[in-house]
Amino acid sequence: MSHDMSEEKLPESHGSAGEVAAHGDPFADPGLPAHEPRRTDIDERAAQRAERQVSLMFVISMLATIGFIASYVAIDPDKIVYIFPLGKVSALNFALGLTLGVALFMIGAGAVHWARTLMSDVELPAERHPIEADDEVRADVIEQFKTGAAESGFGRRKMIRNTLIGSMALVPLSGVVLLRDLGPLPEKKLQETGWKEATETKPLQLVNMSTMQPMKPEDIIVGSLTFAMPEGLSTHSEDFQQRIAKDALMLVRIAPEDIKDDKSKELGFEGILAYSKICTHVGCPISLYEQQTHHALCPCHQSTFDLADGARVIFGPAGHPLPQLKITTDEKGNLVATGDFKEPVGPSFWERAR
Amino acid sequence: MKKLSARRRHPLAALVVLLLALAATGGLYAAFAPADKAQADVAAQSLAIDEGKKLFAVGCSSCHGLNGQGSSDGPSLVGVGSASVDFQVGTGRMPAQQPGAQVPRKKNIYTQAEIDQLAAFVASLGPGPVTPKEEQYTSTNPDDISKGGELFRTNCAQCHNFAGQGGALTKGKYAPSLEGVDAKHIYEAMQTGPQNMPSFPDTTMPEEQKKQIVAFVRHTTSDEPNPGGLTLGSLGPVTEGLFGWIFGLGTLIAVAIWVAAHTTKAKKS
Amino acid sequence: MSSASSTTTGAAKPSSTRAKPANKWEAAADWTDGRLGIYSLAKANLRKIFPDHWSFMLGEICLYSFIIIILTGVYLTLFFKPSMGEVIYNGSYIPLKGIGMSEAYASTLDISFEVRGGLLIRQIHHWAALVFVAAMLVHMMRVFFTGAFRKPREINWVFGFLLLVLGMFDGFFGYSLPDDLLSGTGIRFMEGAILAVPLVGTYLQMFLYGGEFPGHDIIPRFFTIHVLLIPGIMLGLLVAHLILVFYHKHTQWAGPGKTEKNVVGMPLMPVYMAKAGGFFFLVFGLIAAISAIASINPIWAYGPYRPDQVSTDAQPDWYMGFSEGLIRVMPGWEISLWGHTLNLGVFVPLMIFPLVLVSIAVYPFIEGWITGDKREHHILDRPRNAPVRTALGAAWISLYLVLLVGGGNDLFATHLHLSINSITYFVRVGFFAVPVIVFIITKRWCLGLQRRDKEKVLHGRETGVIKRLPHGEFVEVHAQLPQKDLFKLTAHEQNQPVELPAQADENGVARKAGVLTRTRAKLSRGFYGEGSQIPKPTSEEHHEITSGHGHH
Repeated sequence: MSHDMSEEKLPESHGSAGEVAAHGDPFADPGLPAHEPRRTDIDERAAQRAERQVSLMFVISMLATIGFIASYVAIDPDKIVYIFPLGKVSALNFALGLTLGVALFMIGAGAVHWARTLMSDVELPAERHPIEADDEVRADVIEQFKTGAAESGFGRRKMIRNTLIGSMALVPLSGVVLLRDLGPLPEKKLQETGWKEATETKPLQLVNMSTMQPMKPEDIIVGSLTFAMPEGLSTHSEDFQQRIAKDALMLVRIAPEDIKDDKSKELGFEGILAYSKICTHVGCPISLYEQQTHHALCPCHQSTFDLADGARVIFGPAGHPLPQLKITTDEKGNLVATGDFKEPVGPSFWERAR
Repeated sequence: MKKLSARRRHPLAALVVLLLALAATGGLYAAFAPADKAQADVAAQSLAIDEGKKLFAVGCSSCHGLNGQGSSDGPSLVGVGSASVDFQVGTGRMPAQQPGAQVPRKKNIYTQAEIDQLAAFVASLGPGPVTPKEEQYTSTNPDDISKGGELFRTNCAQCHNFAGQGGALTKGKYAPSLEGVDAKHIYEAMQTGPQNMPSFPDTTMPEEQKKQIVAFVRHTTSDEPNPGGLTLGSLGPVTEGLFGWIFGLGTLIAVAIWVAAHTTKAKKS
Repeated sequence: MSSASSTTTGAAKPSSTRAKPANKWEAAADWTDGRLGIYSLAKANLRKIFPDHWSFMLGEICLYSFIIIILTGVYLTLFFKPSMGEVIYNGSYIPLKGIGMSEAYASTLDISFEVRGGLLIRQIHHWAALVFVAAMLVHMMRVFFTGAFRKPREINWVFGFLLLVLGMFDGFFGYSLPDDLLSGTGIRFMEGAILAVPLVGTYLQMFLYGGEFPGHDIIPRFFTIHVLLIPGIMLGLLVAHLILVFYHKHTQWAGPGKTEKNVVGMPLMPVYMAKAGGFFFLVFGLIAAISAIASINPIWAYGPYRPDQVSTDAQPDWYMGFSEGLIRVMPGWEISLWGHTLNLGVFVPLMIFPLVLVSIAVYPFIEGWITGDKREHHILDRPRNAPVRTALGAAWISLYLVLLVGGGNDLFATHLHLSINSITYFVRVGFFAVPVIVFIITKRWCLGLQRRDKEKVLHGRETGVIKRLPHGEFVEVHAQLPQKDLFKLTAHEQNQPVELPAQADENGVARKAGVLTRTRAKLSRGFYGEGSQIPKPTSEEHHEITSGHGHH
């Protein structure tokens, strides 16, 4: 395409260094200005002063390093000191950081001061050479390549060429195959939670995350917030992290006349609603419950759900409501679940069916 | 008292009234609470109740009604309990002052004795959460701090932040910072669920656990040192990023300017 | 470098012909040269010229903070245990005593509280990482706004861009390692983001995490990626980047004696060895001092990660902040069809995230195509002299900043007493509107500055001296600029828009320009046409005004 375009439109390049200003052209390059001396170039006393300053910086650095070692040895790692305006900080961290900082900074400051005051500051031009090779070299290389290619017979012996390409294309597959055992296949794992163990005949109790005890409906008052997990799960279980990432519940009680969604009311028990605590956006434990508005906000990305309306999304990036777990009471009067969530909890994924 | 009645005639009084209505809605829900423990010795406090009633008539009745029955401007206080009064008045939230997304904490204008009288009066209207005694919120067991920390991260950190610095809620509402809040008031907030905060009643979070949470909050917001240096507000990576840009990269660029600058010439050109 | 290698063969003279070394240092150098050819290498580079300007040192800040990160990172690996096995903490930090946590988190606590100086090294590592990415971004902006990416440096621009992206991701992986409540929330976010990928999302998630979230594999795997895979690639890119900087020689600002065919500055030995070497210590010293006074990522305060716990203010480190903004402000669109779910609320931001970065990365190639310029450029543009480029860069930065605001919307809400919802709505609109506004303002600003330059060149600078003319008018005396300034202000090139080729060739055969050609001509007009630059003063104009005894 660009060959169609005229390139005469490109502006003229500037000439080379030291070009003599064209007669009468006020914009011509006047050339490198003459070097002007610094104080230290012409005044030996100033130079000596600079030398002393540089050495002083190096000496301060040495002292700071000694201070670093002394702090390391002498200061107890648990010691806390009050330092204005930092507050109560670790004495060791503060001392080590500051001494190390000074030790390093003074080496740098000394070196730079030395360069700025005592080393020559005459600006020198160096020539640039074009990156591109000239035509002769270019022709030569292409010729060499052609010779090499002809000698290999790569173009002529097509069977060798094609089988080589085939083998090279296949061999990385071994590497890909090896990745298979990185993890299991998804299967139904994301579709179900630990609550699937619960049945009508063998319900699972809801265990309060604070007390680790089962709960009765009258324990949960309007305006309160409680978190729960299935019975049988302990914080010390081997798979606790994995289980709680899906099983965590958020229990709220809303005055029955305030519940706008009938289906949600039915899944609950006397106004007690058990929602998944895991946000349907990307899985943060959503639990910023505003008891007056019945809104639950996610602290990570601000998806807002109306818990009085079946956890409908009213703001933010979440795509669907929080799943609700059906709860009831068992013969002892404890809150129980009789089955799993009716839909997968947590963030949505390709295989998720509504 | 004079000051109070003067305030009632203040031009802003109408606003205050409006705000009280919005703010105290929280108390309304607490009214649903089945109150079984609040039957304190009401009779013995009849004197306090009488005094409280007078205070109430002056400072609160314009919104909440002379008998705390509530009005269009303020919710009923029947059954909110003495703990609610102690929290709302003790933290200066009540009487409310200006309109806004939520009633902020401000300077308290009552003495503790007056608050107790007000609380006694409101408690007499109906059973509700009782103001905790000192031993209920004062922990003596050092293990309580770490236990409280775990409970705090489960129940509180989502709104109040890991270090109790508070955080944003919807539409301009916020969870306030817990820094400098009295242990008693932290305890009462959990009991009563003021404004939009949910409550954590003794039935789902026993006294002992509230005490542990209070121990953790007090430790984190006041006693806890910051071993690494400036906390930058304990607000996470946002303030760290700002600090890194301004004081980290900013200083480094300033240093770079010094390194690259031409040294002053002996005489000006 | 090629100049060095091409002369290496010539340097391999038989050592017998060489003069006797004057001292043992020369003897040692001779010995090394006989094996490594150091003399030829040094001949090309020992007195290599580097121009002096503070903005040329931004890359050095990146290089040095990278070295600091590697040094401190190696130290941290000596104590860190990348394991998700559960332990009960029994160290000296009281608020976590008796709490169950992963070994990764427990060992990070030990680094912070039991290992002397461990906290300092951790803080240096993290502060240096924040500075590293920030410096890379600023360095990239410097290169962008001065046009230093033009031929022959486009490939080095791409290397630098890759370093920025890898640096961001390596930072994110590092942030994920301690397994505290904040980093775990980040890993959880990553799970949700991967799940949003259509078709293969669940497979990718299972393979990356070794099963369901969080599993026991993710931290050891991230550890390998964080300390080996990404730093290894970065090291390679970094060396290539530096080799190219040496090979191309540094760009320079226009000025007297400075041309496209030379580079003016001071030699590597000794001035730049002292300045650049010293600057390393300055950077390291400053970051160490910052780590002494300011806490970063206080993992002990966050507590151990549990998927059912969270703290508000859950944000990634700043360099991932713009992606956080994208994900926060995206409306929650979700399509459910035929038993499948497409989570656009997550997937769209996931796609825009690389687009934001790539849009700036491809710019040099787009500009090169529009100008059709095939020449080498070593003299930098002043940003005002390339108004459209500068305006595009500023628009990009404004987009980035708007997204950063989106990523920190909760803190803006609490600290500026705003509603989190309003901020989110503002960011949604601002994402589209702010870059356009910034583009227009910046372009006009640049043109204004060009006019001022022209004015200065033609009429000189204001002296502040007021003169009364014979007929009573007061005028300010303008002094002619010295020639070096005149040269500097007129040294820039002004591209002219490319024109469409003739609709018929010389034989009268009709040739219709293709879509690409026409697009290119249109863009070129937008970049360099009327209204996109102020024609720079010519010496004729200057001559006319100065010789005409004009006084304005």
